[in-house]
Amino acid sequence: MSLTLSDMERIANLARLELLPDEAAQALDKINGFFNLVEAMRQVDTTDVVPLAHPIEVVQPMALRLRTDAASEPNAREANQQSAPAVERGLFLVPKVIE
Amino acid sequence: MSTHALHDMTVAELSTALAQKSVSAVEITQHLLTRAQADTSGSFLNLNAEAALAQARRADARRAAGQGGALEGVPLAHKDIFVTRDFPTTAGSKMLQGYRSPFDATVVRRLGVEGAQDDAQASGGAGMVCLGKLNCDEFAMGSGNENSAYGPVRNPWDATRVPGGSSGGSAAAIAARLVPAATGTDTGGSIRQPAGFCGITGIKPTYGRASRYGMIAYASSLDQAGPMARTAEDCALLLSAMCGPDPDRDSTSLDVPAEDFTRHLADPLEGLRIGIPAEFFGPGLADDVRAALETALSALEKLGAQRVPIHLPLTELAIPAYYIIAPAEASSNLSRFDGVKFGHRTPNPVDLLDMYKKSRAEGFGAEVKRRIMTGTYVLSHGYYDAYYLQAQKIRRKIADDFQNAFQQCDVIAGPVAPTVAWHLGQNASDPVADYLADIFTLPASLAGLPGLCTPAGFGAGGMPVGLQLIGNYFAEARLLNVAHRLQQVTDAHTRKPQGV
Repeated sequence: MSLTLSDMERIANLARLELLPDEAAQALDKINGFFNLVEAMRQVDTTDVVPLAHPIEVVQPMALRLRTDAASEPNAREANQQSAPAVERGLFLVPKVIE
Repeated sequence: MSTHALHDMTVAELSTALAQKSVSAVEITQHLLTRAQADTSGSFLNLNAEAALAQARRADARRAAGQGGALEGVPLAHKDIFVTRDFPTTAGSKMLQGYRSPFDATVVRRLGVEGAQDDAQASGGAGMVCLGKLNCDEFAMGSGNENSAYGPVRNPWDATRVPGGSSGGSAAAIAARLVPAATGTDTGGSIRQPAGFCGITGIKPTYGRASRYGMIAYASSLDQAGPMARTAEDCALLLSAMCGPDPDRDSTSLDVPAEDFTRHLADPLEGLRIGIPAEFFGPGLADDVRAALETALSALEKLGAQRVPIHLPLTELAIPAYYIIAPAEASSNLSRFDGVKFGHRTPNPVDLLDMYKKSRAEGFGAEVKRRIMTGTYVLSHGYYDAYYLQAQKIRRKIADDFQNAFQQCDVIAGPVAPTVAWHLGQNASDPVADYLADIFTLPASLAGLPGLCTPAGFGAGGMPVGLQLIGNYFAEARLLNVAHRLQQVTDAHTRKPQGV
């Protein structure tokens, strides 16, 4: 199966990417080129195969670790905001959300 | 010691010279900085002479006080995917132009100069001096380093060819004798393949060995850091410092103690069973690559190893499985780049949604956008089972195939890529051509196995050919042992590009 330009628009919106029409057409071509490879993978019988989400599962039981509930990081607000596009009085600024 | 020879010295040789006090860390650092500043290959994205020399002075002081280990004062450079406080970090993306991290990656800290920083993070570093940051494919997505927003890197063996990717700057800088060692990251082959294309050595350890904290995430279940250098011995020295648990900062860091990866380097290879997967030596493999591999494998046989034919039947399907799983994880990881807390923001957004969409459209390059789109699609409602879940099932089968193969052999050998390094721009209009060239590195990545690349010889156009060695989980010391013994009886790793 092949993706269409309207699929591209829908996916771009989900991915929060603005795609110009010629960009979308080019990307469509290349993504469809890749999905031709995927067809071979879809033909493989994988009944009863347990999906491997993470290579660690092969080595040791995959359990989410929890760390102690204690403050471990010092306050570094200034360092953390030094690369922010817009900051005022220690807060991140974004375009107005509520009228 | 004459300074012109300093850049030709390996990490181990520099370590010895520093211990004997025949050279200082400041002298080595100054010499390499001068070379790096004159370089035109595009390998370095950022140099900071002041920071590097300050680290070197501290290392010299520690050596003078009888402190510090083998790596104290030896220079290296980091792939620009590791965040650093002393240098900007871009991940090869316009999205992070000018970005300055508030902290150092765990790997940077472990390799770095103890006390170079004034907070609790500074403890127990190996004392290496960081010269700067190295070019890479944008967010490590690429196989030729052509996807960097800051321009391509030229292969020191032939400036019209790619150095490989995504750790292309790391590989090229080492081959050009700008640094004796560098860090790299490997998601689908990004350490092994550029090492092969540039004629150096590189190893990706077992997934979970090295902390991912501070390594800008591409595909979290695949990303793994590793060292690149000219020799297996040097890689072993660096890997020993890089690995070890980081339980509080990386939830997938394995609870496996750090080890000395140099301890088995000199072990004999008598009786070593080298698995030769038929699928790695099929018609898709270029004749020049095949011939160079044959020479290296024969040298290993003379050392007492024997070849065992094996099968990895799903090798070809590693390509679609990887190029579904990695973009799926990337689409999630890269959602953090929204123009709010860091990274590029579009100048005049209409509203919040417009800001997200335009900032991301302007900040990301074409290949990154394609992978985000692919990943978003395969995770979207109605397609998840057909693509993503099926890819994870193929991943399980590939991991199982390796375990079956390791019943018959101790290590697996093959090419890192079907050809030598291709020409810049050759695959520009066809990203799938790049994907197909990853066929021999992707299977071990999907299984999370350690993989190493060591120079095998030279192919068409005098370009380097890499021999890939894959081991079972935690068999890094064995891989380094095999590569080290090979390097003792061959000279491909000592050859250097013309004009270097």
